[in-house]
Amino acid sequence: MGAVSTKQKTMQWLAGMVLTFGGFLMVLPFLWMILSAFKPEPEFARIPPTLWPETFTLKHYAELFERMNFGIYLRNTLIIVFFSFIGMLLNAMAGYGFAKYKFKAREPLFYLVLATLMIPGQVTMIPVYLILNKMGLTNTMAGIVLPSLVGAFAIFLFRQFMSTIPDELLEATRLDGAGEFRIFLQIVLPISVSVLAVQGILTFIAGWNSFLWPLIIANDEKYYTLSVGLQLLKGQYSSNYGLQMAGSAFMVVPIILVFLLFQRYIMDNYTISGIK
Amino acid sequence: MKIFTPRSAPYFFIAPALILLFLFSLLPILIALVISFTNMDLAGLANYSSIRFVGLDNYAAILRDASFLKAIGNTIFYVVFGVPFVILFSLSIALLINFGKSRVFEIFRAMFYMPSVTNVVAVAVVWSYLYNPSLGLFNTILNFFGLPDVRWLQDPVTAKISLILLALWRAIGLNMLIFLAAIKGIPKSYYEAAQLDGAGSWQQIRHITVPLLRFAIFFVSVTTLIGWLQFFEEPFVMTDGGPLEGTMSVALFVYKNGFQFSEFGYAAAGSFILFFAIITLTLLQFRLQRKED
Repeated sequence: MGAVSTKQKTMQWLAGMVLTFGGFLMVLPFLWMILSAFKPEPEFARIPPTLWPETFTLKHYAELFERMNFGIYLRNTLIIVFFSFIGMLLNAMAGYGFAKYKFKAREPLFYLVLATLMIPGQVTMIPVYLILNKMGLTNTMAGIVLPSLVGAFAIFLFRQFMSTIPDELLEATRLDGAGEFRIFLQIVLPISVSVLAVQGILTFIAGWNSFLWPLIIANDEKYYTLSVGLQLLKGQYSSNYGLQMAGSAFMVVPIILVFLLFQRYIMDNYTISGIK
Repeated sequence: MKIFTPRSAPYFFIAPALILLFLFSLLPILIALVISFTNMDLAGLANYSSIRFVGLDNYAAILRDASFLKAIGNTIFYVVFGVPFVILFSLSIALLINFGKSRVFEIFRAMFYMPSVTNVVAVAVVWSYLYNPSLGLFNTILNFFGLPDVRWLQDPVTAKISLILLALWRAIGLNMLIFLAAIKGIPKSYYEAAQLDGAGSWQQIRHITVPLLRFAIFFVSVTTLIGWLQFFEEPFVMTDGGPLEGTMSVALFVYKNGFQFSEFGYAAAGSFILFFAIITLTLLQFRLQRKED
């Protein structure tokens, strides 16, 4: 095709400039949050506001743990993240069951799983609360974790991926005398490491961000997660923007770091799922 | 381990996930339907025998409830403006990023995706500050260019637009990725043929890329429509439905009636009307798509 024409080059630069401007607008709220979290209290009353803090302080971050119980919220959030990973394992098991075994009612059961994707959260919200209430699980960690432990979309992705594992491999291991569960742990999971990585990152993000069930189920502050605690902070310290920005940054920055570290895997997920 | 035979194994593998899905997705649908015909409330929660069957009373009452009608109006507003903007922006950005040849464009991809992974409460807290009438960044920027202040969250109509802006900012990333994946799936030979015929970049986008993205655009419009119909978190965290119920969505109405006023039967009726609207509109989209093919 020869050298890239000047016109092509100009167009590339133009696209780059539009994206730079748009990208700046996308990250602006994050910059504002991170910089504001370091401003001392008097600087917030300044009109017009300063973008770059004149003096840096870590006071707001310390206050998160002194005036609010961010230590407890962080612990609860990490517990939820831990259970989300167990949920991911259950999804992988179900995906494997649907992918590699022939059994009665396999098709109808799988369609039933997919059908749950269409049910809106608002419809199930109240009955799930009533069910958990009946089971005596309101205001417990189990009640917070259970409703969102497994998900149809993840089961679907695991099934898609695990269908490509050759039957001969599993059969050979079976002839060597390995039990069914050992085949899953020692053969299937190691082969599926790429899809596990993607799901693992998404599971971490979803667990860390979980908001609705902790909000509905936890009446007691000792079960609050970071997002529920932040919601509480917004109400209690509505004019203390330093504390609010520090709380937000405390939630958002770890996720951004995880995202930047693993972004290639997350982005590839959508190529794997094969939407064309 | 003997019970884990090749014959029984699949049931053990799928059982935990299926039991949980049954308990927290399928069974709740039935329960929601049943309680939507009852007067279930806080008293009913404590003592099941006080629950009475009220037929269609909840549905009749909710369709005359001014707050609910207002929530429907607001939700239509969100859908009418939200869906086209999400598609337009995410598609344009995907095309621009795909157009770029250098590695820099991968950084752009990450920048536009970043808001999608962040927590809704945290970003709502940050945006509330950005929207602050006197101390916020947005009005400062407007004033800098000699423009007057905007009452971002204080006026019922402006507040809806402000929430759409925030939701748009969060929604672009994921849909952009779906479009990028679809663009990557278009065979290179199509473009090479077009280049031989002397087609420029713009013509290639118009006559090859966009028509071949028909399915991706359809997919994004269906999921985005469903998302806006269920619009909940942004108004819940930022405005709590105010000012003057100006940002109240149907989903938020259901939540408030269920968990703040404990009118479980009434809220369940509202949620079923929402469910019905979602199914109807989704089927309508599929019908339209089929007609086009």
